[in-house]
Amino acid sequence: MLKAAEELELKRKALQVRRNILRLIKAGKAGHVGGALSMAEVLTALYFRVMKIDPARPDWPERDRLVVSAGHKALVLYAALAARGYFEEKLLDTYGSLGCRLPGHPDMHKLPGVEASTGALGHGLSIAGGMALGLRLSGLPSRVFVVMGDGELAEGSNWEAAAAAGHHKLENLVVIVDRNGLQISGPTVEVMTYEPLEERWKAFGWATRRMNGHDFGAILKTLGETPFERGKPSAIVADTVKSKGLPFAEGKVEYHYWKPPAEELAQAERDLAEIERTLG
Amino acid sequence: MRSLFNKVLLDIAEKNDRIYMVLADIGYGEIEGFAERFPDRFFNVGVAEQNMTGVACGVAMEGNIAVTYSIANFPTLRCLEQIRNDVCYHKANVKIVIIGGGLAYGALGVSHQATEDLAIMRALPDMVVLAPADFAEAEAAVHAMIAHDGPVYYRCGYKKEPALHGGPIDFRIGRAIQVRDGSDLTLIGTGTITYRAFEAAGILESQGVKARVLSMHTVKPLDREAVLAAARETRAVVTVEEHNVLGGLGGAVAEVLAEAGGGVPFLRVGLPDSYIHLVGSHNWLLDHYGFAPQAIAASARRLLEGRQ
Ligand SMILES: Cc1ncc(C[n+]2csc(CCOP(=O)(O)OP(=O)(O)O)c2C)c(N)n1
Ligand SMILES: [Mg+2]
Repeated sequence: MLKAAEELELKRKALQVRRNILRLIKAGKAGHVGGALSMAEVLTALYFRVMKIDPARPDWPERDRLVVSAGHKALVLYAALAARGYFEEKLLDTYGSLGCRLPGHPDMHKLPGVEASTGALGHGLSIAGGMALGLRLSGLPSRVFVVMGDGELAEGSNWEAAAAAGHHKLENLVVIVDRNGLQISGPTVEVMTYEPLEERWKAFGWATRRMNGHDFGAILKTLGETPFERGKPSAIVADTVKSKGLPFAEGKVEYHYWKPPAEELAQAERDLAEIERTLG
Repeated sequence: MRSLFNKVLLDIAEKNDRIYMVLADIGYGEIEGFAERFPDRFFNVGVAEQNMTGVACGVAMEGNIAVTYSIANFPTLRCLEQIRNDVCYHKANVKIVIIGGGLAYGALGVSHQATEDLAIMRALPDMVVLAPADFAEAEAAVHAMIAHDGPVYYRCGYKKEPALHGGPIDFRIGRAIQVRDGSDLTLIGTGTITYRAFEAAGILESQGVKARVLSMHTVKPLDREAVLAAARETRAVVTVEEHNVLGGLGGAVAEVLAEAGGGVPFLRVGLPDSYIHLVGSHNWLLDHYGFAPQAIAASARRLLEGRQ
């Protein structure tokens, strides 16, 4: 069980990650907000509790890796890396400026801690599978985590990668699907359904769990139990809310990409201040 | 230009009930007109461009015109073999439309930069490659694309691009449009960057150099006659494209010039053969990579003076 004090600390970190996301959007005047906010708790848990990492040594061979396959979630990656100390948070204020180190989709050659350059959907799982294979061949105990969007699952390449990971029994591979239920053109199950989602992963040789992607108790318990089965990769379906933390935008398809008018930005700041108040 | 594209396509679809749109989650904010007017002729396959292209091929093989549509490289490179083996090999009547060629999505990064599309699409047999320069060309190109029986690639601009042409134009696939005449050298542009070539011609004029400007809205089939006339009638040829310097417009023009012999001074203005790790806005990146009109003009002068 997660101790209350520990949980509070993690919630504070998640708030810092959300504040960083807002800081980026404020600087850049726009950004993919919805799918970034829905992963704030998951990335906080990964970077502050779960992954074996050393921000001072981003190239440490034995580190765990995170591949953000849905590259448009770059903002939550930058926000979490900054919060974890991979680089100074003030770098976030350069988002959107000419010549900055923060492209709209992550570029691993520009920032420490970015494990793969993504942006076109449906590439990350294959790359991560290859890393997991490579780690196994090198005899390293490191693990590879992958964050994917639920709309992204429509790309057929993901299922090629899923089959290969199951076939090769990549126990050191963990996928987290951000099941926020939305993509650009509407609710995901209406556009192109992936249900029954857990059964799909199972059919490809994966062990699966479902969790509330905003509840640190559930997240740490689930991630703590990976690999769920010997000889199988692990897939976690995280039930989340797109734009979580900004009630005016939560669950709304229009906030996939956000060019905030001043009043919405002010509202967003008030919403995060309110979260801070409830944390005490 | 993308709004105009959608408006013109919708107008044509009112009169032609064989036009279908097959999409992959992208285009919202622009394609609703078509989607709402013709729900039976509109499919959104989800984020799955390979399937989008294959489905479009099948729809076309049933006697229809199928339009695929997305941004940057998603409807081209993400599904290249479907374009080659399904669309082109079958000579299927599929129109592949991208929004935002070149560096249009500037700060979104390399995944969103379509900088090899012209070369790759051009290498596919039976593919027509269009890159309109302004709204007038864009509108005419939609009509020409639908009227053409077979695969067409259409590189569409992203925003409100300036008008290159002052008056009505005679747009025909495979026929360059002369924007201004000149006797010293010829600037050949394709797509929305052609406007900067046109501005460069103005700068050259003020320096006493008379530049002809051609809008090569069709990269394939290339207008050989216009290229050869430029080589004959002016002293040098410069191509300008928002694309890797390899294999696109410059490559196509070089092939024609080299085979014709004659050794006319020639220069390709394009993006370097490396990924653009620099992050910034569209215009800023263009200026950085030598597409400022002053820079194009200076490159042209160096060529004329034999200093390149
Ligand atoms: C291959 C490819 N096609 C299209 C896109 C454009 N695109 C960016 S985000 C997105 C929707 C993704 O939805 P989802 O995976 O559910 O992301 P989330 O809801 O977590 O933001 C699309 C289609 C892309 N980046 N890559
Ligand atoms: Mg989603």
